[in-house]
Amino acid sequence: MNYQVNEKGYYGDFGGAYIPEMLYPNVEELRTTYLDIMNEPSFKKEFDQLLRDYVGRPSPLYFAKRLSEKHNTKVYLKREDLNHTGAHKVNNTIGQILVAKRLGKNRIIAETGAGQHGVATATVCALMGIKCIVYMGEIDIKRQAPNVARMKMLGAEVRPAKSGSKTLKDATNEAIRDWINNPVDTHYIIGSAIGPHPYPDMVTRFQSIISEEIKWQLKEKEGREHPDYVVACIGGGSNAAGTYYHFLEEPSVGIIAVEAAGKGVHSGESAATSQLGKEGIIHGCKTLLMQTQDGQITEPYSISAGLDYPGVGPLHSHIYKTARGEFYSVTDDDAMAAGLELSQLEGIIPAIESSHALAIFNDKKFRPEDIVVISLSGRGDKDLDTYIDYFKL
Amino acid sequence: MNRINTALEQDKKLLSIYFTAGYPSLNDTTKIIQDLEHHGVDMIEIGLPFSDPLADGPTIQESSTTALKNGMTTNILFEQLKDIRKSVNIPLIIMGYFNPMMQYGIEVFCAKCQEIGIDGLIIPDLPVNEYHEHYQETFEKYGLINVFLITPQTSDERIRFIDDVSNGFIYMVSSASTTGAKSTFGDTQQQYFERISALDLKNPQIVGFGISNNETFTQATKTAKGAIIGSAFIKHLTHNRTDNIGDFVKSIR
Ligand SMILES: Cc1ncc(COP(=O)(O)O)c(C=O)c1O
Repeated sequence: MNYQVNEKGYYGDFGGAYIPEMLYPNVEELRTTYLDIMNEPSFKKEFDQLLRDYVGRPSPLYFAKRLSEKHNTKVYLKREDLNHTGAHKVNNTIGQILVAKRLGKNRIIAETGAGQHGVATATVCALMGIKCIVYMGEIDIKRQAPNVARMKMLGAEVRPAKSGSKTLKDATNEAIRDWINNPVDTHYIIGSAIGPHPYPDMVTRFQSIISEEIKWQLKEKEGREHPDYVVACIGGGSNAAGTYYHFLEEPSVGIIAVEAAGKGVHSGESAATSQLGKEGIIHGCKTLLMQTQDGQITEPYSISAGLDYPGVGPLHSHIYKTARGEFYSVTDDDAMAAGLELSQLEGIIPAIESSHALAIFNDKKFRPEDIVVISLSGRGDKDLDTYIDYFKL
Repeated sequence: MNRINTALEQDKKLLSIYFTAGYPSLNDTTKIIQDLEHHGVDMIEIGLPFSDPLADGPTIQESSTTALKNGMTTNILFEQLKDIRKSVNIPLIIMGYFNPMMQYGIEVFCAKCQEIGIDGLIIPDLPVNEYHEHYQETFEKYGLINVFLITPQTSDERIRFIDDVSNGFIYMVSSASTTGAKSTFGDTQQQYFERISALDLKNPQIVGFGISNNETFTQATKTAKGAIIGSAFIKHLTHNRTDNIGDFVKSIR
């Protein structure tokens, strides 16, 4: 089975570019240039150098001794939380801002839910001196106030998305509409492995640094490149795509995807897309998404704003449909407990998104000799208010 | 012959009106269609509302949100339209996003359209190449004309491909924008209208997005075969409900 995108932009049955004609020139320009740009030696040099000196890569692969003892298996954490700006999102925004520069764009737009991708975008725009506009649902602006302030401090303009349900999916609609209205000078930095081709592939390639590093880091520590399992949470699926990338065609490595079950998969308040979704079109790609019988996209729910998305990237729909990976969903309560557990066993406060991946031990029993690598996609600073509320700290 | 082709053969500029089904209230659909025909409109686009209409500006977005709140669904729309051909003769086109049609089942959707007497479809997020490879045969089997959009940014080469695949008219989006009313067109639009006219395409062109009044209608139809009005008519419905539709049509031409 092949897990690379094909020349038409599909992973198996999923992907493509279902976009209005107004977007065709922009997306086509990107499609015909992104691989050449990414393969230019000068691009690679600049990308690698920024990841090293600015983001702080490689991110450590940390053997979590006490967590391992607790769950009677060998757990390594891939520390994306230690990246500049606090999550994996910056790997992608560094890559895309360099693409945008080479395409001669002087205006950047982005969508954000939790604000992590918005902050990562505002950061690279400040770094490059490029104008930045971030769309964010009116409701998310209220629940993620510190990140809104960070974006403003970095010089970005935050525009509220007031349509539909006023959250991440509507912010994405607004960003797409902005791109339709500004077809020449603007690049849209999508924040996850979603959207029309070539976005899912481009974002996946920028995030693939995660599994590239895991391979050599594990070789150093354990004498082998391949863990038994890689585990990641899935919102749109960018940290997961990066964590799986170099292992997808290696059958000895188990792929584990963790979605947000919210208040329970069948509670009506959930974001477990693979369980609740059907094939359809969202934001320009054919993939699994949560929708009504009538094909209206429904509003998901998760305590974690970064997992609160009704679709999932097309690569993950393909992984799901071909049974290459195991999909689990974790409730708000289990994720919060796992976040607290990591804090107290290892002294690391994780982002609530990442806490979902850490809750895998409730559902999956590993053998003592298994090497399990978990993507710690972000740090918990942005979530402190939610933790405080939840645990009455 | 398909009613769209017949209408296009008339020796006059066509006025086409878009409205969102289920707006302002759920059961206004047939009255709006009948009134529009009665007052001389040449063609109608019936909008199938979608939760995430990403090619639309605020006016049509809000009408879609309201229509969905009012309870509009694909099945209800088909039910409302089932006897429409007893009273209405002008071409009827369903305009909607692809996901609700996919969920209904493309073949069943097309069959239902034919049964009712729908003449064509406009699906902004179904690109011409996907259509050509996967759906054209089905659409044609049920006698449906699929209409594609072009914009000022569309290359001549792509316009020629779209012209090849089309068998009704080409929907010329007036400017690089989402839907929404404009009060006048500038030089760039005029140059674009003339550029397209000079291509001498096999399909006539109808201009849409930004047509709102007599001035923009006249400007657009100087070179094009007709023009489509959407947001301006939705605004009329917002203020007048389904009254005074004739006044609106008269204000355009
Ligand atoms: C820390 C963190 N992890 C995970 C995600 C989910 O996104 P993705 O599935 O694209 O990795 C987010 C999104 O905001 C995030 O901030």
